[in-house]
Amino acid sequence: MTAGGRIGLVLVSHVSGIADGVRDLVGQMAPDVTVTPAGGTDDGGIGTSFDRVATALEQADAGAGAVVLYDLGSALLTTETALDLLDDEARARVRVAEAPLVEGAIAAAVEAQGGGDLAAVLAAAESAGGGVPPVEASRPGTVPGAVPGADSGADSPADSGADNRLRTSETLVNKVGLHARPAGALARALSALDADVRVGRPGDEGVNARSVLSVIALGLENGQQVEFSASGPDAQQALDTATRLTRERFGDEE
Amino acid sequence: MAPGESDTAGGMATTDDVVEAVVRYAAVVSSHRQELIDLDAAIGDADHGENMNRGMTAAVQALEADPPGSPAEALKTVATTLIRKVGGAAGPLYGTAFLRASTAVQDRETLGPDDVVTGLRAALEGLVSRGKAEVGDKTMVDAWSPAVDAAAAAAGDGVAALVAAAADAAEEGMRATTPLVARKGRASYLGERSAGHQDPGATSTALLLRVLADLASERCGSDAGTA
Repeated sequence: MTAGGRIGLVLVSHVSGIADGVRDLVGQMAPDVTVTPAGGTDDGGIGTSFDRVATALEQADAGAGAVVLYDLGSALLTTETALDLLDDEARARVRVAEAPLVEGAIAAAVEAQGGGDLAAVLAAAESAGGGVPPVEASRPGTVPGAVPGADSGADSPADSGADNRLRTSETLVNKVGLHARPAGALARALSALDADVRVGRPGDEGVNARSVLSVIALGLENGQQVEFSASGPDAQQALDTATRLTRERFGDEE
Repeated sequence: MAPGESDTAGGMATTDDVVEAVVRYAAVVSSHRQELIDLDAAIGDADHGENMNRGMTAAVQALEADPPGSPAEALKTVATTLIRKVGGAAGPLYGTAFLRASTAVQDRETLGPDDVVTGLRAALEGLVSRGKAEVGDKTMVDAWSPAVDAAAAAAGDGVAALVAAAADAAEEGMRATTPLVARKGRASYLGERSAGHQDPGATSTALLLRVLADLASERCGSDAGTA
């Protein structure tokens, strides 16, 4: 795949400010990915525009394909209508992600920046969850509102300490800590490796290191300790990569 | 078949009838704009009246700018205009409905009872494939679906009778959305709180079918060819 090797993104929102804003946010982490916003109606009101979506689809797909993220149901209806009217070949290169707009766009863009194909970028978007880290795991007895009928009784055993994961700790030496761009760099660097990698404060369970939003949500700052853990065939390589990136300030100047 | 007086007497809808129906529906939407806005404000985003008004006004302008040569062309112009101009969910939904109806009657110069039923059914299928809603989800499908059934059952009685039956069924379906809990569209975010409000999409659908029914009954009456 030579021309237009990267997957593009289309952001369909009811509000142009949302689509444009997410594009800006995403551009910080994936500067080489074509991200085309399609927000608001033709006259700038709240709603979605068939023409804007159709144009954005055309612009985002440079030949490798495009992934669409949308905010609310009728944005999907507009997108699907626009897809219906594309020719078969162009339509075959477009996927609509069932994902939260902001988190999904960031995850998809990071994957596209790393050269992921259509399926990989779609999967990255759709695996970007709400970004809420599980906090109750280490606090027995505080499980809120056990749902009636859904209590299988399987209190997941606290096995996170007795696993076979490789671990290493580093001090964050870059100025902004694990903020958006560094988190994106980390996710990109790990994207090709076959390993389950988690990042967090030492001793904590941590979060998926490929989930940019989850990593940002840790709020790890300059001078703090960060622990990486990994399992899988490329676990050691993943830890080496994470360590090197941390020491190199994730490519930041300071 | 020979187009002419005998067709009109039997209740065939011409291209002009379709255009006239669109013009009248645009006027009805305009006069019900605030009602649709209020219904949508209760359980949605309060844009249905404004969006439909904008879309139908643009559809009338498009038909005037480029007069259609067949019922299918008229329906297609309305479809593409709604898709492009409405901005809310109603655009792709009604747009797809009109587009499917257009395709279903592609080669017809005039529309007989079977054509009208076929067109209405295709419209419903388009809505369902686009919006994935079922009867009972508190959407326009709740008005469209019984309307198509009623139209099919009355197809033997002529165009005017079948659209009248469709309009009655659509209004009944529209009223029946009031107690429902929305499972599709913006209203579904409200959950139980969506109950007690009539669905705006079902309302604009019932208005559309009533326009068709009134027009067909006038045409049949004036042509003195009542079945």
